[in-house]
Amino acid sequence: MDLLDWALLLGRVAVVFAGLLVTVMLLIWMERKVIADMQTRMGPMRAGPRGVLITLADGIKLFFKEGIVPAEADRPVYLIAPVIAMLPAFLAFAVIPFGTSVTLFGREVPFQLADPSIGILWVLAMASLGVYGIVLAGWSSGSNYPLLGAVRSSAQIISYEIGMSLALVAVLMYSGSLRLSEIVEAQARVWNVIPQFPAFVVYLIAGLAETNRPPFDLPEAESELVAGFHTEYSGIRFALFYLGEYVNTVTVASVAVTLFLGGWRGPAPDVLPWVWPLLWFLAKVLAVVYGYVWVRATLPRIRFDRLMAFGWKVLIPFGLVWVLLTGAIVVLPDVYGRGPVVAGAAVVFGALVLASVAAPLLRPRPAAEVGR
Amino acid sequence: MTAQEYAFSVLALLGVVAAVRVVTARNVVHAALYLVATLASVGAAYLLLGAEFVGWVQILIYVGAIVILFLFGLMLTRAPIGREALDNPGRLVPALIALAVLAGLVGLLLGAFGWGDPRVELAHAPTGVVGESLFRRYVLPFEAVSFVLLAALIGAIVLSRKDEP
Amino acid sequence: MRGMLGEYLPIALLAGLALLFAVGSLAASALLRPSRPTPAKLAPYECGIEPVRLPAGERFSVRFYLVAMLFIIFDVEVIFLFPWAVAFRELGLFGLVEMAVFLALVLVAYVYVWRGGGLDWSAEGPRPRATHERAREVVRAG
Repeated sequence: MDLLDWALLLGRVAVVFAGLLVTVMLLIWMERKVIADMQTRMGPMRAGPRGVLITLADGIKLFFKEGIVPAEADRPVYLIAPVIAMLPAFLAFAVIPFGTSVTLFGREVPFQLADPSIGILWVLAMASLGVYGIVLAGWSSGSNYPLLGAVRSSAQIISYEIGMSLALVAVLMYSGSLRLSEIVEAQARVWNVIPQFPAFVVYLIAGLAETNRPPFDLPEAESELVAGFHTEYSGIRFALFYLGEYVNTVTVASVAVTLFLGGWRGPAPDVLPWVWPLLWFLAKVLAVVYGYVWVRATLPRIRFDRLMAFGWKVLIPFGLVWVLLTGAIVVLPDVYGRGPVVAGAAVVFGALVLASVAAPLLRPRPAAEVGR
Repeated sequence: MTAQEYAFSVLALLGVVAAVRVVTARNVVHAALYLVATLASVGAAYLLLGAEFVGWVQILIYVGAIVILFLFGLMLTRAPIGREALDNPGRLVPALIALAVLAGLVGLLLGAFGWGDPRVELAHAPTGVVGESLFRRYVLPFEAVSFVLLAALIGAIVLSRKDEP
Repeated sequence: MRGMLGEYLPIALLAGLALLFAVGSLAASALLRPSRPTPAKLAPYECGIEPVRLPAGERFSVRFYLVAMLFIIFDVEVIFLFPWAVAFRELGLFGLVEMAVFLALVLVAYVYVWRGGGLDWSAEGPRPRATHERAREVVRAG
């Protein structure tokens, strides 16, 4: 590597980092505006044209706010928890291909920071590390609400992580590679969302829960837990949690786009060949995030027991069945030919319908009915 | 030494220091965090050896799941909130056991490689190759794992059930 | 080898940059913001009432612990799915059957947990079946 390579590499890293910050800034503004619109309000209007700089203003305000360290807090852990919460969100984005490549000074600069051969596993690993920021913040605050919020929140996140992994496995079986660039490559003809629609739905739901977004924002259920794990955080430390949460939202949406919606693929004219994939990628991410905002405006917060029940009793069995089904769909036609497989699939489908009808009948009756 | 060996030395040192801090830390949650550092250094060592998949699985399972379980367990029971320390006065017996285990392991490694230079051929093993060998050559152990998981699951249920009169 | 580790260089740089940003903004803010702590400000947030520690004994429902254990088991199971998913086209029907057997055994465990009430989070407690059986006994006795 010579000096130019290093400069281009550093430039790439800096652009991605700054790009994420700007995206988050605009995303928070967009969310507030869209929700305001859905509630026939104006939303932020003061800072900048139509309030577009509101996030910046909020950030500056938080920057100058006093930072409180509670008397009971475990100081070192309390101070590093916001950083730990923020880092994995940024790092997970490093493997996302957000465009093709551009030639600068005679060198090819790919629009993807890193493309390790275990791409999807990297995303999952970062998601699992994200729990630490929450657990440590909640524990180190030395206060009851953060502790309760942290335990609840991490239970939610780890429960939905399994559903998410299962959705990812189903995609892998189609692409045969963990490398994200190859997964985009495999979607040249058909986007994965068509053959893998159930996995897409599972992923989107699990993604909502992973990012603590409504209707799964129980960790911050203000009516019960004040502000959950970050109750005791103020000023810039709170801002870092907030930043991490929104970067996470961008990352989850980007992964959804990369795995299911064809990544940066889309029809493009022949001028400036590197711009269009980038625009396609951004447009798709925006669409997914808009969906998330819409969900927030529409659905009330779900109750904790139902949240856990949904994760464990619906999402996980559904994901497991879908993985096996995908396997059968891919492998069986090669072995037996198409006809018998279709017939077999019909039988299995019928059995599933029957089972879903029979399941409520087999359930033990509630205790109240026993005496009758 | 090659760059890789330098990297390994640094990692190994970090891992050992963190491991020592696990047992000497006076606060259980701090001990769990040092454990994270130790486990992560093991994951990084796998990575240096070219076992990319195993390395990240190590992070995903040990750091992302098992230590989280530890933290849950600490919070569930008597985790000191904030600055209170919770220390175990019994040090001698565990220290002796740990030393014995260490001696055993070192002996085992010396028996296998001797004092010479245990240079192994490093090769990047892609996930597909791991899968092929796991599901072709090690079918029986793989299926046995599901029994282990079954037993673990049943154990988890039994443990979490409270026997009330 | 070198190529594989080389992929992590940009990631390390990004981590460094993000860390620099976080630590830098924390430090800059520490220099510029006011700091006027008072005992009331530093007390744990309790919505105005006197801070009380949660009871020292059983602080949380044991179900949280159970969830963490279930998570490990399912996480291990899912991790096995990854190399399988990458290789299963080459493995063919054999691989499919292999994984089906594996998942079937886990499914047995899953059903056991479900029937044992391990997945129930209703307010009545972790063992609705046990409660249900007790209720039946009470009814029989009465």
